Amino acid sequence: MTDTTTGTGEISIRAEAGIAAVAGSGRRRGGLRAPAERNPAAYWFLAPALVLIFIFFFLPVMAALGLSFTDFDIYAVGDPANTRWVGLRNYTQLLGTPLFWQALRNTFYFALVGGPLSIGVSLGAALLLNQKMVRFKGLFRTVYFAPFVTTLVAVAIVWRYMFHTRYGLLNYGLGAFGMGPVDWLGDPRWAMPAIILMTVWKSFGYNMLIFIAGLQAIPEELYEAARIDGASAWQRFRHVTLPGLAPTLVFVTVITMIGFFQLFVEPYVMTMGGPLRSTTSVVLLMYEEGFRWWRIGHAAAVAFVLFIVILIATLVQLALQKRWSDA
Amino acid sequence: MTFINRVRQVVAAIAVPLLAAACGGGGEADVATIRFWAMGREGEVVEHLVPEFERRNPGIRVQVQQIPWSAAHEKLLTAFVGGATPDVSQLGNSWVPEFQALGALEPLDARASASASTPRADYFAGIWDTNVIDGRTYGLPWYVDTRVLFYRPDLLAAAGYPQPPKNWAEWMDAMRKLKARMGPSQFPILLPTNEWPQPVILGMQTGGTLLRDGGRWGDFSNPAFRRGFDFYVQLFREGLAPRVSASEISNRYQEFERGNIAMMITGPWEIGEFTTRVTGVPWATAPLPGPDGPGVSLAGGASLVLFRNSRNKDAAWRFIQYLSEPATQVRFYELTGDLPARRSSWRSPALAGNERAAAFRDQLDRVVPLPKVPEAEAIVNKVFEQGERAVRGQATVEQALAALDADVDRLLEKRRWMLDRREGGQ
Repeated sequence: MTDTTTGTGEISIRAEAGIAAVAGSGRRRGGLRAPAERNPAAYWFLAPALVLIFIFFFLPVMAALGLSFTDFDIYAVGDPANTRWVGLRNYTQLLGTPLFWQALRNTFYFALVGGPLSIGVSLGAALLLNQKMVRFKGLFRTVYFAPFVTTLVAVAIVWRYMFHTRYGLLNYGLGAFGMGPVDWLGDPRWAMPAIILMTVWKSFGYNMLIFIAGLQAIPEELYEAARIDGASAWQRFRHVTLPGLAPTLVFVTVITMIGFFQLFVEPYVMTMGGPLRSTTSVVLLMYEEGFRWWRIGHAAAVAFVLFIVILIATLVQLALQKRWSDA
Repeated sequence: MTFINRVRQVVAAIAVPLLAAACGGGGEADVATIRFWAMGREGEVVEHLVPEFERRNPGIRVQVQQIPWSAAHEKLLTAFVGGATPDVSQLGNSWVPEFQALGALEPLDARASASASTPRADYFAGIWDTNVIDGRTYGLPWYVDTRVLFYRPDLLAAAGYPQPPKNWAEWMDAMRKLKARMGPSQFPILLPTNEWPQPVILGMQTGGTLLRDGGRWGDFSNPAFRRGFDFYVQLFREGLAPRVSASEISNRYQEFERGNIAMMITGPWEIGEFTTRVTGVPWATAPLPGPDGPGVSLAGGASLVLFRNSRNKDAAWRFIQYLSEPATQVRFYELTGDLPARRSSWRSPALAGNERAAAFRDQLDRVVPLPKVPEAEAIVNKVFEQGERAVRGQATVEQALAALDADVDRLLEKRRWMLDRREGGQ
């Protein structure tokens, strides 16, 4: 049972890594010609998907953009005549709200610390599991992957006990080293590290599988050649593994960072954004504005600011990685 | 604007037939079906009350739909947008102003005064008042919820208070004496820093009204509110209350039983919880002490409302009347532990004999509602946010209250515009 599930999982993961590799290499070939240039019938095959994407993705996004320039709220739900066109006021007001900047800081803190940490842990685990001498690989893969497929709400309840100041396992362990108890979820300085810790633990298994697939795609002959040339373990990692893994790394980094910028469920179930708003993320702020207080116009503005932030972050990453891979 | 209208029409066009189909419109033409939405635990047990009503009213069937509290607000709003509201619903009384502002609710004044079975005088005045907006009544109180003091009589007696404190001076003195007998991680009172009712109640006890000018502006820097807020913050500064949020206390009953906490301010649902979970030590309830003698508390609870676009208003009103009968209310209390909103229900042996409910009966004569504006819930949530800053020493009391006024004024901007426009148009 376990064998079959990990087996199929690996196939789809490999496929994803393959897509990443194709996307990475496609650019170097100077791009493919549009399919319709060769055959107009292609549009008819694409049409159903394009129509669905247009109706269920593009239209709502445009509607949300329009809403972000209005003050659509609970009064407007009652009578649409209570809607005012406010232009950029939602955005200017947002930029003048300390809570928004705090949410943005919290989100960057989470993404810039948690994202690389998660990728590092995934890569480390993948390298370890890819070693030939490791036994029970299937077992370890399953165990490391298990948190990823466990319901987050259940995980959060268990972690809340582990983080408990007086009865928690973590402080019990720290106490064994003579370190004082940490008020994990109650101290504004520790709440975000606590959330990062839990998220990394919960999410690293997925990237680990992608990395394992990527590692297995690197031809064994390259390592043999490097070994014959007298390369050390570090040199083999730096000059064989990393370049071979580059497309996978780009894919994983971009996807992970986008995911981490959308932090929501963890603080929602663990802290509700507290203490002192230290774990309020931009998405949590958007949720509260939109679905708790029904300030839809405001919430839409938050969403578009987050969209721009993620877009910029992704472009920066791609630019950095292009330089890194060209160098 | 037209776009939004179009969306509403489309949503209604799709949702209404779907819902009608889902509800399986019965073939019997002479039977009126009332759709009733109830939340949480109430939704589970209200089914037991329906057969008696249907027996007495052969021409009416009641269809109960249970909705979890966490989804209730959103579901009611989307139902309103889609034109698919039920005939009758349970509605938290702090939501009544919001649905009134939407124009979703039917005023009940004419029906209530025409019927002898729901005399207004029999309801607790503060609770009835939560349903009255601009002089009209939009809901009938179903059950009440107010906050009182839950405490350990043994610990208080050992600190020199065989009777619970009656005013703030006694309360403060009792807490200091308790603290003197406690360890460093034990506290006389638990006031979770992410709960708004405690600071709001203390501020209202000293005469604070939260808003001014008909709900146009925040009024938190007002000396009356400030006095109560000061008292709240002082409890933390003196170490009488721990700086913890509710999510950090994994089991407050256990902490209470272990003597790590001697008092809390909480509601009637805890009577049931305490009865089953706090078994090893004595516990009791008392009305809240106020600045100079017994103090006010919050007029919370749920109301029964009739939706404006119901097609069976008369049948629905009969169901509301049935649920409001003192005998039905007592039965409901026995099923849920929810406290009835009518004085006559409290004379039944089931309630009169319950000494832990007695504190609530006493408190219900002194309850005040939150400001009756749709933004009330967002506003009170800002109170704990700024309260937390003051409690944790990130802001002085003045700074926290000024920030609170600024936050609240921003929330009320739309309301001010609406009020000005309405007055300008008249």
